[in-house]
Parts: sequence; structure tokens; C-alpha cells
Amino acid sequence: MSDRPVDAELWTLRGYELVVGLEVHVELLTRTKLFSGSPNHFGDAPNTNIDPVSLGLPGALPVLNRQAVELAMRLGLALNCTIQRSTFARKNYFYPDMPKAYQISQYDEPISVDGWLDLPSGFRVGIERGHLEEDTGKSTHIGGSGGRIHGSDHSLIDFNRAGVPLVEIVSRPDIRTPEQAKSYVSELRAILIAVGASDAKMEEGSMRVDANVSVRLPGAELGTRCEIKNLNSIRSVGRAIEYEAQRQVGMIDAGENIRQETRHWDENDGRTHTLRSKEDADDYRYFQEPDLVVVDPDAGWIAQVRSSLPVLPAARRQRLADLTALQPDAEAVLVVTERGQDEYVLSVAQAGGDAGRALVHVKEAFAEQGDDPLVPAADLAKLTNLEIDGALTATQAKQVLAEIVAGNGGDAAAIAASKGFEAMDDSELESMVDDAISSQADAWMKFCAGDGKAMGALVGAVMKASKGQADGKAVTAILNERRENS
Amino acid sequence: MGSAIASDAVSDRINSEAVAKVAKLARLSLSDDELLQATHQLSDMLDHFADIDALDLEGVEPMTHPMPIANVMRDDIEQDVLDREEVLSAAPVAEDGRFRVPPILGLDD
Amino acid sequence: MADQKTGDQIPVAATDISWEVRNGVTRAADVLERYLAEIERRDDDVHAFNLVLVDEARARAAEIDDNVVMGRVLGSLAGVPVALKDNMCTRGIPTTCSSRILDGWKPPYDATIVTKLRDAGAVIIGKTNLDEFAMGSSTENSAFGATHNPHDLTRVPGGSSGGSAAAVAAGFAPVSLGSDTGGSIRQPAALCGVVGVKPTYGAVSRLGLIAFASSLDQIGPMANNVADSALLLEAVSGHDPLDSTSIQQGPLEISKQLDWGVAGLRVGRITDLPEGASPDVNERLEVAFDALRAAGAEIVDVEVPAFTYGLTAYYLIAPAEASSNLARYDGVRFGLRIDAPDTNAMYLATRTEGFGDEVKRRIMLGTYALSAGYYDAYYGRALKVRRRIALDFAQAYEKVDVLLTPASPTVAFRMGDKTTDPMSMYLCDTYTIPSNLTGDPGMSVPFGTGESGLPVGVQVLAPALKEDVMFRTAAELERSMS
Repeated sequence: MSDRPVDAELWTLRGYELVVGLEVHVELLTRTKLFSGSPNHFGDAPNTNIDPVSLGLPGALPVLNRQAVELAMRLGLALNCTIQRSTFARKNYFYPDMPKAYQISQYDEPISVDGWLDLPSGFRVGIERGHLEEDTGKSTHIGGSGGRIHGSDHSLIDFNRAGVPLVEIVSRPDIRTPEQAKSYVSELRAILIAVGASDAKMEEGSMRVDANVSVRLPGAELGTRCEIKNLNSIRSVGRAIEYEAQRQVGMIDAGENIRQETRHWDENDGRTHTLRSKEDADDYRYFQEPDLVVVDPDAGWIAQVRSSLPVLPAARRQRLADLTALQPDAEAVLVVTERGQDEYVLSVAQAGGDAGRALVHVKEAFAEQGDDPLVPAADLAKLTNLEIDGALTATQAKQVLAEIVAGNGGDAAAIAASKGFEAMDDSELESMVDDAISSQADAWMKFCAGDGKAMGALVGAVMKASKGQADGKAVTAILNERRENS
Repeated sequence: MGSAIASDAVSDRINSEAVAKVAKLARLSLSDDELLQATHQLSDMLDHFADIDALDLEGVEPMTHPMPIANVMRDDIEQDVLDREEVLSAAPVAEDGRFRVPPILGLDD
Repeated sequence: MADQKTGDQIPVAATDISWEVRNGVTRAADVLERYLAEIERRDDDVHAFNLVLVDEARARAAEIDDNVVMGRVLGSLAGVPVALKDNMCTRGIPTTCSSRILDGWKPPYDATIVTKLRDAGAVIIGKTNLDEFAMGSSTENSAFGATHNPHDLTRVPGGSSGGSAAAVAAGFAPVSLGSDTGGSIRQPAALCGVVGVKPTYGAVSRLGLIAFASSLDQIGPMANNVADSALLLEAVSGHDPLDSTSIQQGPLEISKQLDWGVAGLRVGRITDLPEGASPDVNERLEVAFDALRAAGAEIVDVEVPAFTYGLTAYYLIAPAEASSNLARYDGVRFGLRIDAPDTNAMYLATRTEGFGDEVKRRIMLGTYALSAGYYDAYYGRALKVRRRIALDFAQAYEKVDVLLTPASPTVAFRMGDKTTDPMSMYLCDTYTIPSNLTGDPGMSVPFGTGESGLPVGVQVLAPALKEDVMFRTAAELERSMS
């Protein structure tokens, strides 16, 4: 792993480079909570999914949810981590939504370590660790402005969410631009959904991103970092990091020291604000959780989980790119895979169609089709074949495609025929070209002299004469041939 | 009760400042007298507990659990939940189906 | 139905009571009344109970008797009144840990042992007094007043399960359950002249036991004789899927072996045992060795060098875990709340008001032992000492089957004797603590009297899950006294 980004666009500001690490918390898609059998379900009436464990009642004891461990393993393996023997630890601090006044988490020995995530651009971000921990309850603040604590009269606590399983994924500070940060979050989200670990909805809180941001002169030691919280969308991630980086550079240039602290991103005013200083942070007094035992997945379980992983987004993009290597279109690969339509393109190729043409058509015309397009793969395959055989021009193909999409299928040949799209035979085309050469004598002379732009007039003439039926590429080929032979 | 335990008679195993810090972490208020007495008592205890300093514990693994069990887990199946009314009836202050607390301030001090 | 037994005719042993109730010889209701009468007569003086469950117990006894009449099969504890230490959750019934902070709190669920007791046909007669949150060795730390030793009301019953021990010693119940974290069953048992057992860690589910120190706490029986304690332990032990630290096997089986004797057993005398036991206690211990030798056991000298560090390791580990376990008492969801203008002030006021001095002391000690910069020197180091102690015991158990030590260093001391110096109170647990650290079982057996005619207990220690050998030895000691 290099520490210089591969991306062409580096972020620099007055000579400083940006160093970002991301901590992402995700809620796991289990039926029940991490340490008890209450439902793990969003949106139910307050305090209806509770039990002695998630309320922190005296005498309650945690029992680990096997499915949460399995999902944590799936995620860890998808991020190329090593799954290791792990222990639970108590993180002790007081807060009303923390029922036991300690959170059961993993500290010294997390379940996943030393992985990586490759961004679509090819840039690799290291993953330091992934670990399991329980979520807190939810506080609603009454009486203040905007539901904030400040100025509130009292707060109400709902413990439905207390005990919901979380995995925290900590990246290494390899990220160097706000775009990379956004891309990381986006790709991580795609992986989470692909392995079924989480639905990763930032707007619902099932995926929460905190950014650790610092700046430094290239080659220098790491600068003091600030932790940015309250990033509720991928867009916020980019905006907040950009703002924070500029803030820090501004302070350093003004001779001020950066204070290590936690800052809150305000989407409305587009700034970060001090939340609390890390120097005054609680002493969490971590110690190994005595109510739980060691988790030590054996090689068999790990192998079984690994073999059950689906094809991950990066591999799916690669697979599609390989398939369409003769007509590379990186953007189309990205867009189509993100839509979940890559397997559809594969099936079009399997039905005998041309993968490259299919990719372009799917990208351009299938935005509304979802990840399970209604157009039968065989139908699209037929259309692409007509194109590459020269029976249809690109323009004609587009029109036929529009009808196929509108009708959720259709016979390409029949539709072409009904529109009067006949293939022009070669001699017909050649005579049209010769006519154009005659009628556009000036353009022809310029074209022969090497003026490429003059071709436009010639092609245009042929198009006009053929009422748009001529295949532009074929016309160009004939013109070039004529020029060589003249 | 308020007897003059001079702070310099207390051993240096733990001082009042450390005790005050620890009391704050544990959310316990101590009066000045209580702070002094606690410092004296805790220091006395830590004096006694210094006997383990002499032990050679090189290579000895910490023992957090009496029994070496591993991998105790349960299936991801719903169990009965508590009755909300029964739970809230035990709450010091409940409102709107939730537990009510005063403004959540001062926790990072 | 033939005339049933009442009053003095009712047996005092739980094994007999259960047999007679199941077979219609005696009614559960009459058994209960006998004990309720005794409580009425003497508990104002002894104060063993925080709460006597008169109505509930009567209803349950009536139920048992109905079941007998209808010919239903009943459990091993049918009709047996059982007193429960008031740190075990009983649904809808106040469970206070003898603390102001839980005064009046009614759990919305039952501890696993409560469910097992009910399934076995037991009649829960009341919740007994304890040192607040099980922290103490005299039951003088209760927020609701001390319990007195039935043998001498000016003296302590021991602690923290002083109420449970006194209840059995005073004839308020044939058996009781206590909890033992550093000796809190065995030491009061010794001081009150009853049998008290701390089983192997994990043998009895901790679900619903209000935690003091999670890696040390265990629930165990107290009774007038070894056989009754075995009966009760069998009924409440075994794997609980809701307790991740519980043993992976079914209920312990002990009763069958009680009469096997000790011929051929190797009984260890720890030659480097820490000093502190009074002469009368040591004398009884010698008599115990003699009795076992006479019964065919081989007495073997062993050393357990790290034994003496048990007290220190315990008083760093237990308070550390307790400081975390007791953080949930914050006035938010249950129990005492002192109102305040903000949450932090509420925490401070509630906890300061709600906890007694000993609890606060241990919370502070434990918080310190875990705090940044001190973890390695205190808690971290104590965990290594713990391992060392376990290794030393394991080595000793290669040479012997059981060990014999005093249970308490002295007979019952007078109330107020040790309350001004916390360290002096802590020393009461010198001989019981190590087995909590290792997780091995231990039990105290009444073995005569010492100074002022007060009871002395001898402690039998055994390796993990070797309750059968431990009980056999205890039964032999008991036999030698009769």
C-alpha cells in the first residue's frame, strides 16, 4: 500500500496535504439484539422492544447473538480482514441512553483486523479493524431549539435501540481527498448491502460516519486531528472534510495550534463546531467483560462464511470490464454495476449478444429498470447483433431500443422493419458517397488535402440523401478509402 | 467525624486529588471531611495491597475468567419482551412511554 | 386422609420435609406455619428478614398441598420453605440488596434460581438481610439495620449473607440461599453454626443475582445439615442458556455419594496458610483432621504459596468489577432518584444519597484500580496474581483430593468491633477468598464451638466440579460430631 494516492486529482491547499481516517458504525441486519432476544426493529413504539438486558436492570446478563458474529465475519472477510479470536470489553461512562453506564464493545482483541477496501478508482484504503459493540438508546430533547440539548427542559429516553448490534469499521488514515472519502463510504455501503450485513441507510442512522481529519506538509509528521460527527449523507462527508481541512490550514497559517477535539458538522451553516474537547475526555476504564466468554471462530466456520460471500462490487465491476474489454467504458461499468444491472449485461452476452453494445444501451436507457430489468436479455441480444452486423445504424438502434424498453421487450428485427429501417447494401451506399463527392467538390478537395473537418459536409450530404438511413461509420470508411485511392 | 486527620499523615499511595477525581468519575459527592477520610482509608488499603508488588509475575497470563469456556452464543430468535407498563411503573419519572430525565448537561465536566 | 403431623412432629430436615409432603404425611401449609410462628416469635430480635412473604408463601403452600391431593408429581423440594438473600430478583416482590438505592424496587422478572425453586415445589418464605450490595462480612452494612447472630444477639452473624445464615440458625427456615463473592456464604455459615456452600463458579446460574463482582459471585445453599445443602444445590444447579458463564452440564449430583466416607481420600493441610486464625478455631481444625484420619483419610501436607496474596488480588478485582456493575444505579430507569436541575447533578445526588459508606469506598477503590495510568499496577497485576493462585492450587490438587482450612479466622465478633477499620473487616475473608478467585468450590461445615461457646466452621475446599468429593468429606466431619 503506497501512501501517495493513485488518483490524478490530489488535494492540496497552500502546500498542505489532507489526512483522513473514517470510522463507520453500521447496524447489523439481525432479527434480535446483540446480547438479548428483543427484536432489532426500527420505528416501533418507544420501549416496546426491551428486556432486562437491554434496560440494564439489576441481575441481567448478556448472551451473544450468533448471527451478529456471522455478519461481522462476513463483513470482515469482504474487507479482506483476518478473522481472529476476540474478547469483549466494558467501556464505562455515564449517559442516560446508556442503560448499564457501560457499553459492551471490543477493545484489545477485535474480531477483524488488517484488511483493505479498494475504491473504484483503484486506490486502496487500509482497514485497521472491525469490531462488534452494542448500540445505545435514543434521547429526545424537549424544550430547546431544534431538538438540541442546549436550552432543553428535559429529555425522554427510548431504549428500543439499546443493544442493537453494531459493527464499527476503522480505516487507516490513508484517505487524501474529500472525493476519496465519499467514494470509500459509497463503496463500503455497497459491500455492506451485498453481503447482507446492513441496509446501511445514513438517513435512518443504520450507517454512521465519523471523520478524523488533519493536515500536514507532505513528508511531515501527522498533524493534530479533529473528529467530525453528525455526517448524515455522503455529500456531508465530502463537504465537512473540505471545510475542516480549510479551517485547519487557515489556523496553522495564522500561527494557531489545532486543538484535538470532537466537532459537530452543521449541514445548514456548512461549518464544524466544537462539541467537546478530547483532552477532557472520560477515562473509559476498559476491562474485559466478565459476563461474556471468548469468541474463537474455528477455521471451518470462517471457511464456510468465506465461501458463502457473494461476488462483491469491485469483483462485479472487474467482471463486467473484462467482458467489455474490447470497447472499454469505465464510466458505464461503474454506473451499470452500481444499479445492479451488471449481471443483466452478462446474461445478454450469454444469450449471444454483443456485450459492449449492451453495456452502452443499458447505461443509457435502463436507468428506470432497477436491478432486475424487465426486457428479456434475448431481445436486447438480438438488437446488438443487428447493430454489429451493420443491419442497423447507431441512430436506428437507439430508436428500436426505445421501443423495446417502452414495451418491456420486443423483436428488434420486426420493430426495425416496421419503422422502415432497411439495411443499405454496399453498392447503394457507395454510389451515394460518390454522388456526395461530386456535389461537394470543394469539401472533397479540402478533405483530400488533409482537412478532416471537411468530412462533415460530405457525410452530411450522404445522410441527407439517404434520409438518415446511412451508417455513419460505413460512410466514413468509404470516404477514407476513396481518398487513399485518389 | 471531622477529626483532624492531617493530610500529611496520609501515605503517598493515593492523595486527595486522586480520590476527588475518582469520586467524580464514579459520580459520588464527598464533603471535605469525607474526602480526607476516604483518602486515609484508601491509602491504608493500598499500603496493605502493596504486598503483590514483591511477586515475580513474569510470563504469568492474566486470569479474567475462572473457567476456560469459549463460544457461548444463542440463536437469532425473538424472545418475550418486557411489558412496557410494568417497566415504566418502576421508573422514577416516565412520560410519553419513555423515561424522563432532567436536561442532559454537565456530563463532560 | 390420615392424621398429618403438625408442630413439633414436623421434621426439621429439608430432605425429610420434602419426602413427607410429597407422600401426604405432612402438609406444606403446616410446615410453613411452624416456621412463620418462629419468625413471629424471634425475628424482631434477630432481624434476619427484610421481607417475610406471608401471603405469597401461604398461597404457594396451599397450592402444593392441592397438588399432593390430586396425585401430581412434585419436585425434590416440595413444601420446603426457602429463604432468599435479598439480592436475588423475585418478580413483583421488592428486591433491595439492603440498599436505599433499590428500596421498594420490584423486578419485572425472576432469577433463574427462583424459577427452579418454584419448579421444585419450594415455598419462598422471605427475602433476607445482607450487607448492602453483598459488600461486607458482618451484615452491619445494611441500610435497613443489622442482623444479629441467633446464638448471641450482641454479635454479628457474619456477612454478607448474614440474614440467610441467621434464618437457618434461628429456625426461621430449614434452608436458605445466599451468595458468595469472597466468602459471603461460608463465613456467616461458620459464625452461625450452619452449613454453607459456594459451588464451582458457573454451577448455579447468576441470572437474576444482582451483581457485585461478576467473575466471583456464586449463589449457594445454607442449611442445618450437609444432606439438605446437597438437596438444595442439586435443585438449583446446572447449565442456564441465559448465563454465558454457566457450566455446560446439567445439575450437580451429590446426594448419592454422601455416605461413601473418606477412606482412601487424600486430605491436604496447607502448611503455609496465612496466620490470623484464633487458637480456638485452629484447635477445632486439628480435631477435624483427626476425625478424617480416623475415618481412613490420608492427611498430606501441601503448600499454596500464593494463597496469602488472595486478599489483595480480591480487593482489587472485586471492587473494580463492582464499580462497573453498580454504575447502572443512576436514577434514570428504576430505584431511587434525587431530583436535580441536570442529569449529572441527578447522578451525583442519587448515588451519594443512595449508597452506604462501604459501597462508596469499594466503588472508589475499584474505579481507581481501573483508571488510566493505574490499571497495570492494580487491576492488571491482580489478574496475574489470580492466575498464580490458581496455578498453586492446581499443583496442590495433584497431591490431594480436598483441602481443609478454617472458614472464618474467629468466632462471631461483637457488633461494632470492626466497623471503624475497613481493613480489619476485610481480613475475615482471608481463608474463603482464594476459592472465589480460582472458581473452585468450598463449603463450611459446623464443627463444634470455640470461645464463649460460639460456633466454629471448618472449610472444605475441592477442585472445580468436584462437589461430590467435597460433600463426602463434609458429611464425614458432620458424622464425627454426632
